[in-house]
Amino acid sequence: MATLELSMQDETTAAPVRRRRKLGLLFWIASVWLAIILTLAILAPILPIQNPVDMDMLERRAAFSGEHWLGTDGLGRDEFARLIFGARVSLTVGLIAPMIGLTLGGALGLLAGYFRGRFETVVVGSMDVLLAFPPLIFALAVVAYLGQSIPNLTVILGVLGVPAFMRVARAATLTLARREFVIAAEALGASHARILLRELLPNVILPLLAFFLLGVAVTIVVEGALSFLGLGVPPPVASWGSMIGEGRDSLDVAPRLAFLPAAALFLTVLAFNLVGDTMRALTDPRQGAL
Amino acid sequence: MLTFVVRRLLAILPVLLAVSLLTFLIASLLPGDLAYVILGDQATPENVAALRRDMGLDQPLWWRYLSWLGHVLQGDLGRSFRTGQTVLQAVAERIPVSLQLMLMAECIGLAIGVPVAIACAARAGGAFDRFITGSAFAMLSMPSFLVAILLIYLFAVELHWLPATGYVPFTEEPLNNLRFFVLPALTLALAEWPGIMRVLRSDMIATLQEDYIALAKAKGLKPARILFVHALKPSSLTLVTVTGINIGRLLGGTLIVETIFALPGIGRLLVGAIYTRDLVILQGVVLLVACGFVIVNFIVDMLYAVLDPRIRHGHA
Amino acid sequence: MSALLTIEDVAVELPTPRGNLRAVDHVDLSLEAGRTLGIVGESGCGKTMLSRAVLQLLPKKARLSGRVMFDGEDLVRLDAERLRRLRGRDLAVVFQDPMTSLNPVLTIGTQLMETIQEHLELDAPAAKKRSIELLAAVGIPAPEQRLAQYPHQCSGGMRQRIAIAIALSCEPKLLIADEPTTALDVTIQAQILDLLAREQRRRHMAMIIITHDLGVVAGRADEVAVMYAGRVVERAPTQALFKRMHMPYTEALLAAIPKLETAPHTPLPAISGRPPDPTRPLKGCSFAPRCRYAAGRCHEAKPELKGAEMPDHLYACFHPIHMAEGVGA
Repeated sequence: MATLELSMQDETTAAPVRRRRKLGLLFWIASVWLAIILTLAILAPILPIQNPVDMDMLERRAAFSGEHWLGTDGLGRDEFARLIFGARVSLTVGLIAPMIGLTLGGALGLLAGYFRGRFETVVVGSMDVLLAFPPLIFALAVVAYLGQSIPNLTVILGVLGVPAFMRVARAATLTLARREFVIAAEALGASHARILLRELLPNVILPLLAFFLLGVAVTIVVEGALSFLGLGVPPPVASWGSMIGEGRDSLDVAPRLAFLPAAALFLTVLAFNLVGDTMRALTDPRQGAL
Repeated sequence: MLTFVVRRLLAILPVLLAVSLLTFLIASLLPGDLAYVILGDQATPENVAALRRDMGLDQPLWWRYLSWLGHVLQGDLGRSFRTGQTVLQAVAERIPVSLQLMLMAECIGLAIGVPVAIACAARAGGAFDRFITGSAFAMLSMPSFLVAILLIYLFAVELHWLPATGYVPFTEEPLNNLRFFVLPALTLALAEWPGIMRVLRSDMIATLQEDYIALAKAKGLKPARILFVHALKPSSLTLVTVTGINIGRLLGGTLIVETIFALPGIGRLLVGAIYTRDLVILQGVVLLVACGFVIVNFIVDMLYAVLDPRIRHGHA
Repeated sequence: MSALLTIEDVAVELPTPRGNLRAVDHVDLSLEAGRTLGIVGESGCGKTMLSRAVLQLLPKKARLSGRVMFDGEDLVRLDAERLRRLRGRDLAVVFQDPMTSLNPVLTIGTQLMETIQEHLELDAPAAKKRSIELLAAVGIPAPEQRLAQYPHQCSGGMRQRIAIAIALSCEPKLLIADEPTTALDVTIQAQILDLLAREQRRRHMAMIIITHDLGVVAGRADEVAVMYAGRVVERAPTQALFKRMHMPYTEALLAAIPKLETAPHTPLPAISGRPPDPTRPLKGCSFAPRCRYAAGRCHEAKPELKGAEMPDHLYACFHPIHMAEGVGA
């Protein structure tokens, strides 16, 4: 299962294998899928689809039909609508949590890589301690005590992502801080703030954004796992993960109830991974700068 | 060599200390008065106050931390007020299950990943390579619980070959025990092999470009020997690191699989402790798992030195 | 007497994003058993590619044409298994940098013995004994202890000696030494070259020394071929070449070597300009842009390699220098 330590794995490889087709067909298919899913999720309340919470006890676990495109679930609710509303939840957490990691982790990494010294040691050290905790256990423990709610879940997953973003930002900063344009700015008497904001940030933000997309993929997975166990989004709110968990009970009679949200989850995570990976290959700071 | 080991050992001590502090803080600073939680409907103001005094909850935070840490260093991680078991007892009961799962999963993962990686590196860019690399990428997007659902559906529900849940200790019925472990271990392994394969393949492709491989070919050695002796050994460094990191990660990652397949391991112990608000178990188990992770990383560092003699002698 | 090695009309092309790169441009060479050929040229002239072509170790994308006859067989058309058995046994090579050509995670003993055991089918104790003898022969002190050591524990000169020992281990008929001393200290260079020469005489082995330094082949090669931009531009027995070279390029190369007799602070006559871009071959002689004597025809057509006054002294030039009276273009 993908973890929040994606960056570590690929940084240890001796010669990262570059994807030959930079913006190939797969990239565009993935982008289109993401665009569709995001649009559906955002427009969900105003779309002409069934109400996802309307229970029709006479039509439980119904097969595909004209009225219910993807059938109904165990409580007679329209599956298609549930999928779309589930997308809303999964994507909300999936997008906002990494943003926390991006801003906090990115800032910490940028500052640590620029100022070096004691500050850097403290930052890196504390991130290492945070990384010593298996993320799932950490998330479970805190969510269980703080109570299950979407904001809590989002914040915790966001915090768990901070070390990874910090590493990416710091690595990028370390590479760039020695480049001529930074030294030139220093020589011209630019202040720290100016160098950080004007010279370094625009260049560091690119790999960070690429990593952000990968972080979204990971977050959707972790939220999915937690919700699958019933320990993520609070019932009756449904995300793809919790739908899969519910569908598990009907595997023998209606496997589609588990596989439809599973497919949606898989395709979306795959799409984010594809796009993120392509972006990362393109924005590696070792290859150039703005 | 000894100085190397000792130096590294000393370096991880502060990390372990920080881990213990963080664990304690998580458990203690969270809202919800513990005494109320424990007493439940027997919570009268007097009982609560008495219990708080008893458990030392009225003491300042730093005192409680040091007191707890002191106990921990003497081997006393506390006793669950739900089950009455000590943390160590509970953990000792469950560890074999989790360990068996982790080891089986990693072994199967390696058994799939390593040969595939070597085959891909030997004919990099070929049809097989591109197919495998694509599959690996897709697999990395498939979380373990999805794989679990698929496998359960396929093998338990449709084919009825393997059981979906259940457990029996290895010492009692070895064959049956393995039957219960196949699906969970396979689930984890299918999630592990892409990471292993990618890293080894990448490293081997780089190694195969090296001059010493060209010389090995020029010496007329058999291709198999060049691949497995000359190329695999230098590349195995990153593989060992990744395997070590994986095993460490699996310490917490078995949680989902244990819960899905109803295996009585550490993960389920933790989930149970969360449900019942068993603070003592929670604190103790998280501490053990986190420290275990740090120690596994340390062992990986040591293995590194064994595999690359240059590190042993302070070079490279 | 038929030659041990004959390179016939060999050309090597590499497709690159910028166009087709002609690394080796129709080269003909031959070498008899027991003799030494020196191939000299600056970086990028194609000498290393040529050696890789002989060894059949070209990069996957390279396209090779021509024939490489070794001991009566065409190496280019030989099947993989036959080639593998030839390599290391009859055909051996020493690369430039022993730090990268020796495997860092295998012991010296392993790297020596595996060749012996593969080709000579000796058992471990016999292979070990032979390895120790080889190490002693190349001048390595305490050879028995060395077997268990790793390359990084030895000095640069010692590593190259080990590489030579590995190359000599199965009594090869031909040894190709690709810049064997370039990565070593000047003080060690002479030792290594002497070692190679001595072993060659002792084993009656044919040898090719590839180098950018004319000084290296002086006195150690029987014949010298000078390469420029993928072609052989002059070829002659060593003495003849040094006494009277005919190619302006060879003269320039020799002049660029610092000599002991020159007065201090004399500027070194370096060759101005750079070799041509191999993806854009020139119409005329490749050296013309940098040649002092270049005139009209030099920019129009490529001179062919041929001999005039002496059949074994070939040159490719329209205006050869140091010719005897009445001979020449």
